[in-house]
Amino acid sequence: MVHVYPQTKSATVNPLKSSQPLGAALAFLGVEGAVPLFHGSQGCTSFALVLCVRHFKETVPLQTTAMDELATVVGGAGHLEEAILNLKERANPRLIGICTTALAETRSEDFARQIANIKMMRAEESGTEIVLANTPDFDGALEEGWSKAVAAMIERITRRGQQARRSKKATVIERIREPGEQPLKPKKLAILPGWHLTVADIEHLREMVESFGLKPVILPDLSGSLDGTVPDRWMPVTYGGTSVEDIQELGTAVQCIGVGEHMRRPAELLQKLTGVPYILFQSLTGVRNVDRFVSLLSEISGVPVPAKIHRCRSQLQDALLDGHLHFAGKKIAIAAEPDQLYQLATFFTGLGAEIVAAVTTTGTSEILQKVPAESIQIGDLGDFEKLAGGADLLVTHSHGRQAAERLGIPLLRVGFPAFDRLGSQHKLTILYRGTRDMIFEAANIFQANQHTPSPEMVDALRKRSNAG
Amino acid sequence: MSSLSAKIQDIFVEPACEKNRRKDAGARKKGCSKPQTPGAAAGGCAFDGAKVVLQPITDVAHLVHGPLACEGNSWDNRGTASSGPTLWRTSFTTDLTELDIIMGQSERKLFHALRQIKEAYAPPAIFVYATCVTELIGDDIQAVCKRAAEKFGLPVVPINAPGFVGSKNLGNKLAGEALLDHVIGTIEPDDVGPHDINILGEFNLSGEYWLIRPLLDRLGVRVRACIPGDARYREVACSHRARAAMLVCSTALINLARKMEERWQIPFFEGSFYGIAATSEALRRIAELLVKRGADAQILDRTDTLIAEEEAIAWKRLEVYRPRLKGKRVLINSGGVKSWSLVHALMEIGMEIVGTSVKKSTAGDKERIKQVLKDDHRMFESMAPRELYTMLSEHKADIMLSGGRTQFIALKAKTPWLDINQERHHPYAGYDGMVELVRQIDLAIHNPIWSEVREPAPWEIDSHAEEQPSAHTLTEAAGVAPSKTRRHDVGDFAEC
Repeated sequence: MVHVYPQTKSATVNPLKSSQPLGAALAFLGVEGAVPLFHGSQGCTSFALVLCVRHFKETVPLQTTAMDELATVVGGAGHLEEAILNLKERANPRLIGICTTALAETRSEDFARQIANIKMMRAEESGTEIVLANTPDFDGALEEGWSKAVAAMIERITRRGQQARRSKKATVIERIREPGEQPLKPKKLAILPGWHLTVADIEHLREMVESFGLKPVILPDLSGSLDGTVPDRWMPVTYGGTSVEDIQELGTAVQCIGVGEHMRRPAELLQKLTGVPYILFQSLTGVRNVDRFVSLLSEISGVPVPAKIHRCRSQLQDALLDGHLHFAGKKIAIAAEPDQLYQLATFFTGLGAEIVAAVTTTGTSEILQKVPAESIQIGDLGDFEKLAGGADLLVTHSHGRQAAERLGIPLLRVGFPAFDRLGSQHKLTILYRGTRDMIFEAANIFQANQHTPSPEMVDALRKRSNAG
Repeated sequence: MSSLSAKIQDIFVEPACEKNRRKDAGARKKGCSKPQTPGAAAGGCAFDGAKVVLQPITDVAHLVHGPLACEGNSWDNRGTASSGPTLWRTSFTTDLTELDIIMGQSERKLFHALRQIKEAYAPPAIFVYATCVTELIGDDIQAVCKRAAEKFGLPVVPINAPGFVGSKNLGNKLAGEALLDHVIGTIEPDDVGPHDINILGEFNLSGEYWLIRPLLDRLGVRVRACIPGDARYREVACSHRARAAMLVCSTALINLARKMEERWQIPFFEGSFYGIAATSEALRRIAELLVKRGADAQILDRTDTLIAEEEAIAWKRLEVYRPRLKGKRVLINSGGVKSWSLVHALMEIGMEIVGTSVKKSTAGDKERIKQVLKDDHRMFESMAPRELYTMLSEHKADIMLSGGRTQFIALKAKTPWLDINQERHHPYAGYDGMVELVRQIDLAIHNPIWSEVREPAPWEIDSHAEEQPSAHTLTEAAGVAPSKTRRHDVGDFAEC
């Protein structure tokens, strides 16, 4: 039983969390032609925008309802409407994803009704989906925001009860196939990845699913919008990602796969609305998890596992053989949101390392009970710095750099934000290849920080007196 | 009228502000921050502005009282430098939860947070920043600060600039007011000298204040307080005993400079350390002001000697770049003083200025641009990202100098770009700074990557006629909405 210690301090020192609306905004950014809209004061948006730009090194469309003093007192409905109309006129997005903030939620208005009114009064404003995620900053963090936004998109956009239509649609597609081509049903797989999957992870996941002849629909899909390509003209909205049509047709999938415990709610919702069954992978890192995933793909598609994937698995096994020498007995300190904490902690302990400090953002996630650590502190990087003293490696986002410097312990940057390293979105962390890459990265940090032995360090007697 | 709105009104009628002087009484009252257009707004809030101005005070604990985002999404993101204490880089927030807000526990939490910080870090002072939510639920931060100051025996300064009251710029000024109300003049220095000055609105980004300080040292001028760059609480508290002041970023702290003149008779002038001529002028005016306040007139000669020496060295070093940069076209998208102060030196070595933004520039700034550029066609207020992108992708400039907000517009348009705002990695102030700036421009323009990123793939040239749409572009209908009206757009580049 993992003991989860709640936060008891009054002053948070060096926050670990990024805010909930930011998590929701990230999810909306994974939809094609989208603009996330923060309902709050313009600072809420400005801070989030700057952080996103520092992380992705891309232009990021993010807008604000710019609530001022008056709106704070009398209500923000007018600002919400004006913002939607302005966005519609200037950028004509396919989707406006509204993320409420602490300011708007402390006032607490009936946003859903306001949006319904705006839609009713402005019938001509069709063609743009408006999705609301209630994401006050005073609750949750990235995980919750992301999960709420995905659930909100499914709730709002996905057509209900598609199980019957699915078979009909499939036969239509079958009929227009080229003569002579094998009449295979193109089975569709709905994949709901957690926020902690990188752009490279999503791309890799897609390739893997496609190699079984399946058609993956990934929501949200940051690999289209924030993948570091250079568009050939100025785009005021996201220029890639899941299409709104694909979200509408999610019900035609044969199976839904969620990655990360925080995707359970959206996956359940999809099942409830459309009947598509879901399977949840709490992590896609590590041999066993990936084996289970690959077997599932093979089972659904009826296609044997391609040799290429088998080869990846074999490479991972070799990496485990080479890597475990560096991991065994190492003390690891991790500060991350619950699902990422689980993913990383199981990864490290899976190679013989030990988790000496685990800090996370919220105590509500069920995954925490499965984290291979003695205890978990709900807290901040201040707590992390205190707990991580004797560790060999710190694992957290870029804000951990101050702690790493003060403690003199190397830092492996994971998650969001990673503002002082390039290419964080192109790092693989899942499936055989991602696990292999992570082994290499961590092992290389261990090797780079190896201390050459000195007589003092090795001295048997001195060590004994220290131990006593 | 609450004390906050009284304070804001007071800032709106600031007599030293040039823009204000040109307005009538009614217009002045309405205030200077234009209401933002929802869905088409950009830039930070008042809290952001207040934090930007105060946070570089290095030994103070800065505690943000509010829900997570205000601090959690924004800490450790500015490149100001400290020569000693690092406490300013440690982030403190009360991280209010839903329960704190509903149960009305936020004031108590704040008090406990202050105790926690005092016990763990023993800072010389704690600054407490109000935010939208704490203002909305009516927390009496002032009272909590007062009580904590008595109880814990250290100055606890309330910074009342919640985000919704207005723009970043208003927040800058509210920060100045907080210093006037609670900090400046609270400690009497015992080492007052005839050559003491304050530098106001210098942030020590990338340590560039340290490019200036040796120059002042050589003149025998002592900086009593540089606010806020590399400042200590005590220096700020003693700054009322300076003999003269230089105001570097006038849009941010004009009220502070004017009120310090009013209260403590510290005359000030507005100047800049960006550009060679501007630096010389600033040094000269510091000397003149000190002499006026009774310093030995010899300092004027010393200043002239130093300027002559330093200018000669700088021009000689810049000459190297002339053949490499002659005729290259620069777009300056920064505003304020930099809209003109950089121009002179760049033109002097043969570069062409194709445009300069006059956002946040004063009338005086604009007048100087006209003088330097000989016409005002190349001044623009601000440019929407789409227009900017179009201009750059049509190669109408060889380099853009701007801030992080527009960085990726330039880079995505495959145009060389250099950061001259707060996230820059190189110091550009003073004589050496200008040479460094030109060196960086040269490096940016002549980087070998440009031909490689601009050239299409060889197979695209062969089948050019077919024009295949790229996989990542949207359908035309959704992507390009004609911009009928010219409005302020995303990324209104308000930076200081």
